[in-house]
Amino acid sequence: MERQSRRGFLKTVGTGAGALVLAPVAQASSEAAPHANNEELGMLYDATKCVGCKACMAACKRENRDEGELVCDKAPFDKDTLWDAPSDLSGNNRTVIKLYKEPGQPWSYVKASCMHCQDPACVSVCPVSALTKDKRTGIVEYNKNACVGCRYCQLACPFNIPKFQWDRALPQIVKCTFCKNTFLKKHGTTACADACPTGAILFGQRKDLLQEARKRLQQNPDKYIPKIYGEKEVGGVNHLYLAGVPFAKLGLPVLPEAAPPRFSEKVMHTIYKGFIAPVVLYATLFLIAFRNMKRPESEPQPAHKEGK
Amino acid sequence: MHQDDFQKQEGNLFTKSFFVLLALVLIGVYLVGVRCFKGVGAVSNLSDGYPWGIWITYDVAVGTAIACSGYAIAILVYICHGMRYHPLIRSCILTSMFGYALAGLSVMVDIGRPWNAYNFFVPARWQVNSVMFEVALCIMTYTVVLILEFLPTILYSLEKSEWRRLREFVDNLPAALSPDRAKLATRIDNVRAASGRIRALLDKVLIFFIVLGITLPTMHQSALGSLLLIAPSKLNPLWHTGFLPLLFLINCIYIGYAIVILESTLASYAFKRPIEIKELSGLARIIPWLTAIWLSVVLGDLAWRHQLAAAVRFDFYSCFFLLDVGLVALGSALLFCKRIRWSPRWLFVSAVLILLGGALYRFNVYLIGFNPGPGWTYFPSFAEVMISVAFVAFEILAYQLLVKLVPVFPRISLHGGSGKLDSEQEGAA
Amino acid sequence: MDSNAAMGNDVSRRSFLKTCVTLTACMGLPHSMLGKVVGVIESTSRLPVIWLHFQECTGCSESLLRSSHPTIASLILDKISLDYHETLMAGSGEQAERAIHDSMADNKGKYVLVVEGAIPTANNGVFCKVGGKTAVASLTAAAEGALAIIAIGTCASYGGVQSVAPNPTGAVGVRDIIKNKPIINIPGCPPNPYTFLSTVLYYLTLKRLPELDKEGRPLFAYGRIIHENCERRPHFDAGRFAKAYGDEGHAKGYCLYQLGCKGPVTHANCPVQRFNDVGAWPVSIGHPCIGCTEPDILFKTSIADKVQIHDPTPFDSYAPVDGGKKGKGADPLTTAMVGLAAGAALGAGAMMAKKLPGSSLEKKETQDDGTSK
Repeated sequence: MERQSRRGFLKTVGTGAGALVLAPVAQASSEAAPHANNEELGMLYDATKCVGCKACMAACKRENRDEGELVCDKAPFDKDTLWDAPSDLSGNNRTVIKLYKEPGQPWSYVKASCMHCQDPACVSVCPVSALTKDKRTGIVEYNKNACVGCRYCQLACPFNIPKFQWDRALPQIVKCTFCKNTFLKKHGTTACADACPTGAILFGQRKDLLQEARKRLQQNPDKYIPKIYGEKEVGGVNHLYLAGVPFAKLGLPVLPEAAPPRFSEKVMHTIYKGFIAPVVLYATLFLIAFRNMKRPESEPQPAHKEGK
Repeated sequence: MHQDDFQKQEGNLFTKSFFVLLALVLIGVYLVGVRCFKGVGAVSNLSDGYPWGIWITYDVAVGTAIACSGYAIAILVYICHGMRYHPLIRSCILTSMFGYALAGLSVMVDIGRPWNAYNFFVPARWQVNSVMFEVALCIMTYTVVLILEFLPTILYSLEKSEWRRLREFVDNLPAALSPDRAKLATRIDNVRAASGRIRALLDKVLIFFIVLGITLPTMHQSALGSLLLIAPSKLNPLWHTGFLPLLFLINCIYIGYAIVILESTLASYAFKRPIEIKELSGLARIIPWLTAIWLSVVLGDLAWRHQLAAAVRFDFYSCFFLLDVGLVALGSALLFCKRIRWSPRWLFVSAVLILLGGALYRFNVYLIGFNPGPGWTYFPSFAEVMISVAFVAFEILAYQLLVKLVPVFPRISLHGGSGKLDSEQEGAA
Repeated sequence: MDSNAAMGNDVSRRSFLKTCVTLTACMGLPHSMLGKVVGVIESTSRLPVIWLHFQECTGCSESLLRSSHPTIASLILDKISLDYHETLMAGSGEQAERAIHDSMADNKGKYVLVVEGAIPTANNGVFCKVGGKTAVASLTAAAEGALAIIAIGTCASYGGVQSVAPNPTGAVGVRDIIKNKPIINIPGCPPNPYTFLSTVLYYLTLKRLPELDKEGRPLFAYGRIIHENCERRPHFDAGRFAKAYGDEGHAKGYCLYQLGCKGPVTHANCPVQRFNDVGAWPVSIGHPCIGCTEPDILFKTSIADKVQIHDPTPFDSYAPVDGGKKGKGADPLTTAMVGLAAGAALGAGAMMAKKLPGSSLEKKETQDDGTSK
């Protein structure tokens, strides 16, 4: 019994020590966000220029209908399916124009679609590489042939962008892909940017978009909230926003500059780096178990074999 | 191999509870059929804000923790050399095997594109930064290991049993359908011989799998906690911490021991066997140390991150946090007392408290403490609950059948009326 | 040559140029091509045209002439040499037959054949005979030397009203009989005269036939559906419909979808080009489009039948940023069931605890094994 309790005590201390070792890892707060890649393609949406015509929504649907087999989102009062009336991004819808309007407040439209993060959480969490970030363009793309539908990407995305087709027997994850295999391939820009009549949607390299955004902020400081949303959030994203009302009112969440995958991957890599820890663990446990097997302390039975 | 240490549970296979459980399972089968044709949304209240509901939270996260009875006992028996716990190991491995198999089945129902699951085995698709990747491969491997660990029991039964039930069944068949007796006897002998040979082979290498069966849960149970590391903006700070892997690991071990106590007590009660109080009280000694470490990490980490004030705000999140910590603390505080450790009743109560607290912790991390944004709400639908119920019913059903078909329970020695088990060590001191 | 002479003396240069601009735009050509179009119209060469009539109401010819500005008809008749047209030509009988025979011989390979009306094929085509020849025979003979065929009107393009089931005369369009010549369909009942004129001018200006769609119609006139250009589209997008002829919605000029407007599935430029030079088209005066340029709609479907919208576009309303409740929450049945189950489990647990022995403290050699009673 004494042997047991001492062993138990040592194990307790050992566990505590292990916890201390992990402490710096566990407390790992954001390291400085790695420098953003401004050569990647992005989009600048200027809410002050948007007139709410929804040509972008219609163009997006038309162009990308087959990718993901999108059908129209029926409004509840629409018996004849006359309109495609989504109220939010959904399994049938890759972009949506919403209206922020409160009495007594200046109102604004806002376009919701995938932010194409610099360090996407969805790409980091997908176990089968169904979501990947293109090295050159930075576009975050979906491959339905790899996807198992585990929906971890939905959990991970800080903006709640990836949507799932809950009502299908063969569901997919649906989100904007900057028309990578459709309009962008044919015309060098996205369908929504091409359809926008006022130039509220600009598509191009992130560095050019940032430059344009800064120019607008400088030239019309009264018109804008003095911030480019998406420049630094969660490590920087490629879909940038300018607006005349606070971004939080437009449904764009307040987020820290740390990219979530950095934290999660750091913890995991520290534990599993090179698969050393699991192998060492196995070896140690094996030695102990093997030694235990040989001990005469076990029942004095003839032909005692190992195992159970 | 101490096959004589274990015995089959006598009794009729088709009891009343069998049929009740079967009915629940069939309801589940029907609902899974609906899911296959009408989509996941047709049988659940899952949504884009809450992509994971009770199937992942209960059937996978809590279910595998409950299934860690095998893991916890294996540590005791093979690493700590607590041979007195050896009699418990088979029923624990059995429960573990079912628990993990059912978690896997639950995942197959939950995920949207299960036909692409083979991608987990295609190296070109591996995305090793993903915690989910590690969890999936580790759990799949562990389930296989569990089956291999339980296989000797089944093989032994095949080899040594009288095959009474089969013979009775054949005897009762009408003459037209009944097979040639001589051929049947030969076939049974062949199966017996083959079983014996395979078992002998397996016994030689079993230790490798047993140790693997201790390594793997260490990895994936902690990874189940790591899954939520990616969502700091959605998981409440009361629970989101870099210590999640460690906390989930310790949590699964103490839940494992609590389950052993519960399962053993319930089985003894249900099958009218003596309660294995010696072994259980020994387990009960270990639990409070584990929960003490767990609680100190939880509270210490909260203090470090300046979240202690949030813990006592008594809002929705604070209440659930205090509840899960409180249940675990209460249950394990009881176990510091020797009288309680030797009382089947209070052992049962403490184990229930710890199980509830530990399971609630997992629920808090995956579901209750998870807030995707304003407006989102989730509560499981009727069909969703019934599918979970069906999985559990299936597990109990299969457990009931197997303990009657193969020797799983420790043998009750009727010599000398001492009621002690053959493979006992010295008594509690 | 003076442009006025091309038009007749009572037309101003300004009027003439305005018409040319319209025609250029109708063809979908850029404004920079205006000069070329004007040049073509002002030149003296005339394209020989043979115009055959079969199973028709002559409405297509009438629509050409029914313009309030005679300039269109004049333009047509001055730019082409209309060598055979049963309604307009002066001659008749043997004289007429000789005119077509001579024209076909003299202009072999250079004339445009215009066909108005469907061609009956049942009973060896006896249901339409002109000058002792069946329509099939006349068409085949005339098509042989034509450089292109223009099938004007829905009847010539697809068969029209006489081809509706049971189609006793076996009426078909030109494309079902002639397979080896380029055919331009200009469907409509009647078609817009500007479309016909533009097609002719297109050929004269660019020396090639315009791009056609799947149904053989010039894309510049039939490339869009009516729904895309209709002036009542904002009413559609806002859900404002006339529900019955003469009701309040109808009087206010609301969308005619509920009355069976075929605009969403009909390819034509009616809302833009309009008719009779007064800017009228069916929807503008309160009657739903009947789909007269489509092979499968006019006379094949009921005017009152609603059509399916193939490419629904967003509704005239905005989703709020604050979307309210999202996701699916608790329903009474499940909550009750879960609550009951939890209560039952706790109760069972409590009962279980009670049933278990309260104590089984063992000394070293105890007999008590804690068996439950």
